[in-house]
Amino acid sequence: MADHKHSANQNSGHAFVRTENAPLLPPPATEAGITGWLWQNIFASMADFSSAGASLRSACVAALTVFLLYFGFAQIYTLLDFGVFSAVWSDPDQLKREACWTVDQGGGLPSGWHAACWPFIYAKHKFIMYGAYPSEELWRVNLSVLLGIVGLAYVLIERLPRRREVGAMMLTLYPLLCFILLTGGNLAIPFGSIGMWLIIGLAVISLGRLAKRGFLGPTLSEFHALIGLTGWAFVIYNAVRGLGAVDFGLEPIDTRDWGGLLITLVVAVTGIVVSLPLGIILALGRRSEMPAARLICTVFIEFWRGVPLITVLFMASVMLPLFLPEGVNFDNLLRALIGVMLFSAAYMAEVIRGGLQAIDKGQYEGAQAMGLSYWQTMRLIILPQALTHVIPGIVNTFIGLFKDTTLVSIVGIFDLLGAGQSAIADAAWSTPVQATTMYLYIAIIFFVFCFCMSRYSIYMENKLSKSRQH
Amino acid sequence: MAGKAAATKMNISDEVMISMQAVNKWFGSFHVLRDINLTVHKGERIVICGPSGSGKSTLIRCLNRLEEHQDGEITVQGITINNDLKNIDEIRRDVGMVFQHFNLFPHLTILENCTLAPIWVRKMPKAEAEAIAMKYLERVKIPEQALKYPGQLSGGQQQRVAIARSLCMEPKLMLFDEPTSALDPEMIKEVLDTMVALAEDGMSMVCVTHEMGFARKVANRVIFMDEGQIVEQNEPEVFFNNPQSDRTKLFLSQILDH
Repeated sequence: MADHKHSANQNSGHAFVRTENAPLLPPPATEAGITGWLWQNIFASMADFSSAGASLRSACVAALTVFLLYFGFAQIYTLLDFGVFSAVWSDPDQLKREACWTVDQGGGLPSGWHAACWPFIYAKHKFIMYGAYPSEELWRVNLSVLLGIVGLAYVLIERLPRRREVGAMMLTLYPLLCFILLTGGNLAIPFGSIGMWLIIGLAVISLGRLAKRGFLGPTLSEFHALIGLTGWAFVIYNAVRGLGAVDFGLEPIDTRDWGGLLITLVVAVTGIVVSLPLGIILALGRRSEMPAARLICTVFIEFWRGVPLITVLFMASVMLPLFLPEGVNFDNLLRALIGVMLFSAAYMAEVIRGGLQAIDKGQYEGAQAMGLSYWQTMRLIILPQALTHVIPGIVNTFIGLFKDTTLVSIVGIFDLLGAGQSAIADAAWSTPVQATTMYLYIAIIFFVFCFCMSRYSIYMENKLSKSRQH
Repeated sequence: MAGKAAATKMNISDEVMISMQAVNKWFGSFHVLRDINLTVHKGERIVICGPSGSGKSTLIRCLNRLEEHQDGEITVQGITINNDLKNIDEIRRDVGMVFQHFNLFPHLTILENCTLAPIWVRKMPKAEAEAIAMKYLERVKIPEQALKYPGQLSGGQQQRVAIARSLCMEPKLMLFDEPTSALDPEMIKEVLDTMVALAEDGMSMVCVTHEMGFARKVANRVIFMDEGQIVEQNEPEVFFNNPQSDRTKLFLSQILDH
């Protein structure tokens, strides 16, 4: 009875019908605008005084914040003071090392002075940028780098037309142009040997064709792509060698005279450009359904991942010549380049494999059901998504590779760090701050390159995730 | 009733679309398809139902070689499905498939999703492929979404795009693998309406679905599967009103009585 009476009372019952929409209200100050940002990002963690414990915690957070701010600014100030405020910027009297000596050391700077000695960097700048590359030929390096920067900028800016064509040129014509400009051609390669290898390459390609049509039995027909690829590798490599043997009227410059940032860029850019496609092929091979391809790719990846880069470089420069036939002589830089490429390709392959594994099986099925072939499925559906997923990992590998190029100095190639270190050995600039200044400068150069790569990757990620909204 | 049966019969030709003869399939040691014999004629609409794990999805996935059968013979439009990749490519070109989870390509716009296969498989010029895509997007009633990405659409809209995407290849046969199972209740109708319209246009269809209303409305034949076998198949009228097998009766009582 009580229940019945209760439900009859409309105000306290559960039945309800909304007749008016609840009003849309503006957000409180802590949720939006500058105040909201400050609140959410800084003050929210230190504004809870509701109990003694919470107040203590808030006070600790506030104290820690103040301390960290002080500590951070102190570090930045020290760095700025060393590099900018107290630094010696010029050496008008050509004093060299004495320009950066304190009174105690026999110079003019106040006692206890400790800051960067930039005139030392000016004096060594050509060396740490180009190594021993002849001064009158530097325009060739500068032109290569300038074309590279312009081309890269063109490809990276999305609004420009024909980016695809420019990109293709950057990957084909540009490396050849750089090769000719930087080495100057005229390499002492007998045309006979080039011709012989070209013919062998063409023969291997035709073998691949025959295998594809099944003339050579079912086993070889499965490997027609590999055979064809090997043939093309021979042909392309020897075509490039042939190009290098042509006289373009440029003075040939031995790679032993290359050095500094030039070497760092050559090694890093080649490594980056080659390791991505090679890594994709290896990753696809490792996930292939063909046992032989899977085995080859897995062994390759595990081998190169299992040895340190230093070992690879040593092997390439010291051991490899022992195995090569008499008279066959690879350029030392080329050997290091190949080592770096294969090494980073193995790492890249594993990053990309991670991306491939993140793709839902339904994507493969959707593509297959529409009749797309394996390569179409990979190129149009799977790889665009997989690579997008692993942009951070790919750029991480690029950055790692860029910094790992410093290891080539171990096999007598003077990269940026190697050139800097040999510049430090110059007694004419011997001061207590000489090494620190040089390392600071080299660190800044590395940081600028790596930071740019990192920012571009974040930009790409944001752009892609915005356009796809998921 | 006789009139309706006659009308539906009229669309069905004698041309055999699918023929499955003594098909067996195993997943490892698990016998997932057992002695499947099935013939589907051009213009027929088949609905396959059954409890989960009964092999119904596996069955239709064998029809375009998303799954490989180990024993027996399957021909689709007279082409035998075997290890010959050319046959498989040919069959996939003529057989559209709609999946439970849509399987749209999230990195491509709706329009690009629809034009991809015509351009790359049929080698159609882009403009022509786009015209066809717009035609089918209009048919599934979402032409205005053409430039959006799949992630921006609701589940029902995505599934309709998936149907349009299959239609762009102008298939002779459509396979539906539980097309409404992943949808919110309020979106099921829009997808079923699209499928009904397709059926009314005379498309040959094989649908794995639990939508019994749809089965009653459009199917020529309902097939009930359990434990990898075809247990019962009949015209929908008879199948629902007078099921023969006990297992069918039990299944129907479980899905129809709430």
